Amino acid sequence: MDKNNIWRKDFPILDQKVNDEDLVYLDNAATTQKPKEVMSKVVNFYYSDYANVHRGVHTLAERSTEQFEAAREKVRKFINANSAKEIIFTKGATNSLNLVAQSYGEENIHEGDEIVISYMEHHSNLVPWQQLALEKKATLKYIELTKDGRLDMEDAEKKITDKTKIVSITQASNVLGVINPVKQLAKMAHAHHAVMVVDGAQSIPNMPVDVNDLDCDFLAFSGHKMMAESGIGVLYGKQELLEQMPPVEFGGEMIEFVNKFDSSWNELPWKFEAGTPNIAGAISLGYAIDYLESVGLDNIQKNTQTIVDHVLPKLLAIDDLIVYGPQDPVDHTGVISFNLKGLHPHDLATGLDMEGVAVRAGHHCAQPLMTYLGLKATARASFYLYNTIDDADRLVEAIKATKEFFKNVTI
Amino acid sequence: MSLSKMDNLYRQVILDHSENPHHHGELPQSTNEIELKNPTCGDVLKLQLEVEDGIIKDAAFSGYGCTISQASASMMTDAVINKKVEDADNMVQVFSDMIIGEDVDTHVLEDAAVLQGVSKFPARIKCATLAWKALHKSLTNQSK
Repeated sequence: MDKNNIWRKDFPILDQKVNDEDLVYLDNAATTQKPKEVMSKVVNFYYSDYANVHRGVHTLAERSTEQFEAAREKVRKFINANSAKEIIFTKGATNSLNLVAQSYGEENIHEGDEIVISYMEHHSNLVPWQQLALEKKATLKYIELTKDGRLDMEDAEKKITDKTKIVSITQASNVLGVINPVKQLAKMAHAHHAVMVVDGAQSIPNMPVDVNDLDCDFLAFSGHKMMAESGIGVLYGKQELLEQMPPVEFGGEMIEFVNKFDSSWNELPWKFEAGTPNIAGAISLGYAIDYLESVGLDNIQKNTQTIVDHVLPKLLAIDDLIVYGPQDPVDHTGVISFNLKGLHPHDLATGLDMEGVAVRAGHHCAQPLMTYLGLKATARASFYLYNTIDDADRLVEAIKATKEFFKNVTI
Repeated sequence: MSLSKMDNLYRQVILDHSENPHHHGELPQSTNEIELKNPTCGDVLKLQLEVEDGIIKDAAFSGYGCTISQASASMMTDAVINKKVEDADNMVQVFSDMIIGEDVDTHVLEDAAVLQGVSKFPARIKCATLAWKALHKSLTNQSK
């Protein structure tokens, strides 16, 4: 393997053969692999300190609570939030976005109001708003894309109006590999007194995100896409908004006092964390952030950029391979979607899997985007910090071999 | 090279069916009609049947899918035309058992028996079964 990549050794799962070939894992936009160091710390937590949080007076409960809340503080620092009260632990980005829709949306969206999203949203940042709009008789509006797959900012100017109450946009596309100017969108939203929700699921693992700088009102992301466990995620919200929002789940932990016929709510952030949370998941997220910071987000970006600079021209040079989204490596994240003309992406992905190369194939939970682009599905490779130039070359070779295999077939 | 393993999946007869699918299109008149979607990949399959006196007189499919799903639909329609409804539904069971690797007598499936190779590719089982699931649902009145 590539000797220049010093992080690869931290990921034991990568050192295996799949279908008799060395594994090349290129499905990082779906989920990332876990560093040994993070996982062993989680195991150690279970072996030495685990108990329920916020409830016991005993020593283990105290240790567990302390580590759980320390993880929250790590998240706060990582995204530069003002207070740990603004960091709510959720199941993941989907859960976070649903929470905003069901709490803030439920209170603030009325008939005739507008919610603005874009054509490149993942279903998790689309269906909650679509359902809210249906329920409230509000209007859901989509910002158009430019020919090369970027957000059409002129159209954004037109779509965001005084009727707009919520603008919710992904910071990085899980299909097209573009980064969106969410800071500029937040300004536009605020000029019309709307709130700005940012889906950070694809951006947070790959680039520095500063909620104060972006001036977004909400930010949602998932732990499993940034080397933590699955089942843990974060909703950041500005404190003054979260204070006004009603809880959407009721039960233990989220209450202040329960009477027979009414209750009062715990303070932030616990008001939104009913029930025993994903304790070890939150702790794994804290350790994953430690790991990310030890690597440096700038180094992650550099590694991805080097690979994309190398591989994008090679992919574009393959006859009959169509690459979607920007064709210029300069503005590309590690996500590259493509199709081999005449071959369904599932058949392509099976071919690549036989060569040991793991990619995603399908609609990538973005069916309105597929329809908008006139597609049914695509194959998608996504690179992360442990990927190398060798991995990228293996992808190119595997695509060529699969193309050769199906060369006499037109479907 | 590991791609050679795909020979068991993409047998020539499967590629032929996919390239030139049989009974592809719409029936002028149908008694049973169903549209099934594979939510993981967005594939859509519409199946129409003309059933008369308990016999499948004609069948046609349309939609969009991968090599395996298109070939399977083509082979399925070939195999069930002029079959009794209960025999066709029994074939669905044989196909379902075969595709998960059970040792069953597959001769009733005709060409479709060649899809046995899919059982070694778990990620593709759904592609192969979509057409048969549609057949079962349309025969058991779960269609519109």
